[in-house]
Amino acid sequence: CTHEYAQQKIFIYVFFIITIILLFCSFSRLFNISSARTHVNYEIKGDVAVVRMNDPNSRVNTLSTQMQREMTEVMDEIWGNNAVQSVVLISSKPGSFIAGADLNMIQACTTAEEVTGLSQEGQRMFEKVEKSPKPIVAAINGSCLGGGLEFAISCQYRIATKSKKTVLGCPEVMLGLLPGAGGTQRLPKMLGLPSAFDMILTGRSIRPDKAKKMGLVHQLVDTLGPGLKSPEERTIEYLEEVAVEAARGLAKKQIPLTKEKGLMQKIQDYVMSYPFVRQQIYNTVQNKVMKQTKGLYPAPLKIIECVKAGVEQGPTAGYLAESQHFGKLAMTPESKALIGLYHGQVTCKKNRFRTPEKDAKTLAILGAGLMGAGIAQVSVDKGFHTILKDTTLEGLSRGEQQVYKGLNDKTKKKSITSFERDSFLSNLTGQLDYNGFNKADMIIEAVFEDLSIKHKVLKEVEAVIPPHCIFATNTSALPIKDIAAVSKRPEKVIGMHYFSPVDKMQLLEIITTDKTSKDTTASAVAVGLKQGKVIIVVGDGPGFYTTRCLAPMLAEAVRVLQEGVDPKKLDGLTTGFGFPVGAATLADEVGIDVAAHVAEDLGKAFGSRFGGGNVEVLKTMVEKGFKGRKSGKGCYIYQPGLKRRDVNTEALEILESYKLTPNAAVSSDSDIQYRLVSRFVNEAVLCLQEGILASPVEGDIGAVFGLGFPPCLGGPFRFVDSFGADKLVEKMRKFEEVFGNQFTPCQLLLDHAKDPSKKFHK
Amino acid sequence: MQIIEHFMSLSLIRTVLLTAFSFCSAARSLSTSVHLQAQAKSKKTLAKPGVKNIVLVDGVRTPFLQSGTTYADLMPHDLARAALQGLLNRTGLPKDAVDYIVYGTVIQEVKTSNVAREAALGAGFSDKTPAHTVTMACISSNQAMTTAVGLIAAGQCDAVVAGGVEFMSDVPIRHSRKMRKTMLSLNKAKTLGARLSLLGSIRLAHLSPELPAVAEFSTAETMGHSADRLAAAFGVSRLEQDEFALRSHTLAKKAQDGGMLSDVISFKVPGRDIVSKDNGIRPATMEQLAKLKPAFIKPHGTVTAANSSFLTDGASAVLIMSEEKALAMGYKPKAYLRDFVYVSQDPKDQLLLGPTYATPKVLEKSGLTLNDIDVFEFHEAFAGQIMANLKAMESDWFAQTYMGRKTKVGAPPMEKFNTWGGSLSLGHPFAATGCRLVTTVAHRLQKEGGQYGLVAACAAGGQGHAMVIEAYPQ
Repeated sequence: CTHEYAQQKIFIYVFFIITIILLFCSFSRLFNISSARTHVNYEIKGDVAVVRMNDPNSRVNTLSTQMQREMTEVMDEIWGNNAVQSVVLISSKPGSFIAGADLNMIQACTTAEEVTGLSQEGQRMFEKVEKSPKPIVAAINGSCLGGGLEFAISCQYRIATKSKKTVLGCPEVMLGLLPGAGGTQRLPKMLGLPSAFDMILTGRSIRPDKAKKMGLVHQLVDTLGPGLKSPEERTIEYLEEVAVEAARGLAKKQIPLTKEKGLMQKIQDYVMSYPFVRQQIYNTVQNKVMKQTKGLYPAPLKIIECVKAGVEQGPTAGYLAESQHFGKLAMTPESKALIGLYHGQVTCKKNRFRTPEKDAKTLAILGAGLMGAGIAQVSVDKGFHTILKDTTLEGLSRGEQQVYKGLNDKTKKKSITSFERDSFLSNLTGQLDYNGFNKADMIIEAVFEDLSIKHKVLKEVEAVIPPHCIFATNTSALPIKDIAAVSKRPEKVIGMHYFSPVDKMQLLEIITTDKTSKDTTASAVAVGLKQGKVIIVVGDGPGFYTTRCLAPMLAEAVRVLQEGVDPKKLDGLTTGFGFPVGAATLADEVGIDVAAHVAEDLGKAFGSRFGGGNVEVLKTMVEKGFKGRKSGKGCYIYQPGLKRRDVNTEALEILESYKLTPNAAVSSDSDIQYRLVSRFVNEAVLCLQEGILASPVEGDIGAVFGLGFPPCLGGPFRFVDSFGADKLVEKMRKFEEVFGNQFTPCQLLLDHAKDPSKKFHK
Repeated sequence: MQIIEHFMSLSLIRTVLLTAFSFCSAARSLSTSVHLQAQAKSKKTLAKPGVKNIVLVDGVRTPFLQSGTTYADLMPHDLARAALQGLLNRTGLPKDAVDYIVYGTVIQEVKTSNVAREAALGAGFSDKTPAHTVTMACISSNQAMTTAVGLIAAGQCDAVVAGGVEFMSDVPIRHSRKMRKTMLSLNKAKTLGARLSLLGSIRLAHLSPELPAVAEFSTAETMGHSADRLAAAFGVSRLEQDEFALRSHTLAKKAQDGGMLSDVISFKVPGRDIVSKDNGIRPATMEQLAKLKPAFIKPHGTVTAANSSFLTDGASAVLIMSEEKALAMGYKPKAYLRDFVYVSQDPKDQLLLGPTYATPKVLEKSGLTLNDIDVFEFHEAFAGQIMANLKAMESDWFAQTYMGRKTKVGAPPMEKFNTWGGSLSLGHPFAATGCRLVTTVAHRLQKEGGQYGLVAACAAGGQGHAMVIEAYPQ
């Protein structure tokens, strides 16, 4: 009987499906045209057409081919409809107006001409929008970036919500591109040269209140709280209501399209009318860009050219320059590197491990030093109840003050309110004992880098924490398995390597041992992501990934210094290669003592490959108290309140006593740069070869976000791909002849050198 | 003293005489309809075993005046004094029969921070009667009354005077923090040189004063702004708000003309005339209301000066006693004060939704349903706020999503709702409104013959209050 019943059920089910298919077919035949549109639709409310965008396949709207095609169709229908007097452009997606152009569209192109074509298509579309006889109101809620912003500024009127998610900006420059659909032409006209340059060259996101002040949007709409619908839904509806009213007002000329200019604006316009003044601005901006980028990034320079072309030679020249430079930039290795980093960052903001069994809510941080307090700061404002424990009252007080200052600075910058600051701080408990550790879900230990101290702390803590609690250790070089050796529950022990200053540095390197459980890893990643970090998960070993790559480069830097290169010159060579911080400065920032410690430890672990400079140089500096920035003296002398710093002549004396004679064959500026970089890159590739790294993507992200590897090169792996493994190996062989095995390329690098079709990134 | 009393009663008589005609006709028509209603009700009492019956003997208030008008030169305790004296006159209460005085205030005059004590002494209460001041934004005098209820219920007092005062004609405007710091250091400076150098440190920025604002400290949002957003969240239109405001003014005018506002006492303002009427009641036309520009959210907001409660000066006072004591003293109480609740929610997005949360809670406590209530008195902070609350109470979705209820609360029927006007028209001296609401409920129950009344109010800080009041058997 049950069998029969089941059969009957299946029959009914099949019948049902067939009916649906048939229905669907007839429907789609009936509504052939409308069913083809999936991204853009519109509704006519009286005399206002409300155009709604919603990409069904993505969390955000992008100006994809499909979106553009449907938008053009819809706009043509609206322009042809006599009943419509004005238009509102809005997104149905909470949190995203249009997040930008579709990157895949650009990446799919193989020539600059193709990309120029894309740009010109965009320019034409927005020109039509700009010249629309029916006023168009862009109703902005959520991200309005890149192509989205260019769309919005070609509309006649802009209304934005005050939502925290609403940001306006042109981030193209951060991808090595420029705003290619009229942005470089319209923004200078709308905002004046200085503001436009600032916006396009920095790519910074502008919040609604600032946008209103700048004149980027005309009107602001508040976000709404609970009502008869969800706040997000109702806010969009409200925005639409306000925008429809504004559109009507514009059509009836009750709202003027041009704003009465203020006195300041008039003065600025008057000053700007002199070509001499404008030229002065171009020069200043150009110099600033050159100073900051060392000419390694082509996009900002091209942006200046485009703006200049538009302002000085008129729109035709301006738009042409924009589309052509856009095409060229898209083909540059810098742009590809930056886009690669963007994708990598997105990847590293996801938890590739499964969801942890237990959501960590209470963190206990051991050690209220720079690191510990920094970790506390990025935890309390994410809602973690955070215990900050130190051994002394002074240490604790300093740490709590650091957390307060970090949050208070945000209050001063108005990114949070003083009330939010206070309520975040209420998540922080500072203490000297282990009180409350029995409720902790995760311990993050940030005590001094000394194995015996770490062991002592681990044992103490394990006596008081609940069984599920994870023990994460924040160390930059000590192998996690050595620390876990004294643990009763090694599956709960994991490494979490934060970078200083924690609230500024985005990277978190998570280190797992053979014994670390998958759930522990998943939980650590989840906590890190909640703290806002970009995460790489690497295998255990001396120096893990980041420290291990940095150590040989610093060893080489010490050798270069010993060879008589001035610290300033060394800094210049490294920053000239694209590192944001010079090697000598970096050593001071990391701390000469830490560098010495790490160099010695890793030297023991890896032998002569980590040689180069003499460790004694660092040790002598430490003995003399030159521990870097924190002690006031290192390679440089640091004085509070003074930005300018002089080279520490006493450090030079030490270097003099360890002087090496440079070999002229490998000591040109370029040689020194490649000596430094090739050791970094080779070690990174070796990490992938040994399985410390899971993927080249994580390797690139770790190097760029944690160590400042030149972003324009996209990370060590992308660098090998674009520079050519064979060319790199060739250079290394030359250095190897002089210096020995420190420059011996690893097997994986040799494999890539042999077979040019082998690439780390597809 | 007697002369003043005499004078006051004279002026009262005059007011009554002036409005006698309309009063009589209104009362007559009301009493007939009420009879029918009353008969249909089941008349169970809300007395609980083991809980003292606490009664409202009487309540009075000074006329509520727009700030900056006739009261302009007074101080807050002067107004409070007038209300307290008025209560004494009205009830004939011997001053030494009062065990305790609790008074509410919101914007504090720093010189009289315990305004309860200053007013009590000035009103001639015994200096042996302790007094303290409470503050809870717009529900301050509700807090004063429930504090009194608590003192009586706990058996510590038998007769307590509660009330509230707000004086918006003068508010403390402070020197800037920088200036205050300099001035305080100046006090401590010992040498002339030190003093001169401190004086020399004063810059133009020191001189800009700190103005108080009706804004949330936690969110820095002004209340009107929040009300506008609340109205938008519930889709309350400008028209609905203007209509409600007009309703409030029309009903208030009718009540004033009909002599319903018998809680108002006359007050001889020193150096000015006798004041015996609220002066903010201004029924206008819808066209006039529609002309006003939004006051907080520009240009598309819906809250205007006309559909918001205005800045008001005023004071109120009530006499609360245990039933036994009241009867022993020969009083005929007006109402029982029954269950009450305080609620609080998100001060940003739900700042003014207190009534929505408090109403079902207090009804459940009393074992009543919305249908049992004959008289509703809700505090009208903004027309938009009232409409938003009504819509929230009518929404299943809101009840399920935010209140953890299965079904909607239900909105009060308008024919029972604020029928003698409300804060929008009568005025809203923040800390005096609570007593007005309770006294009005008692009076309306008497006039209309109902049994149960409900008071509900929202307050800054995202707090709210509701109280059930039961008519005293006539």
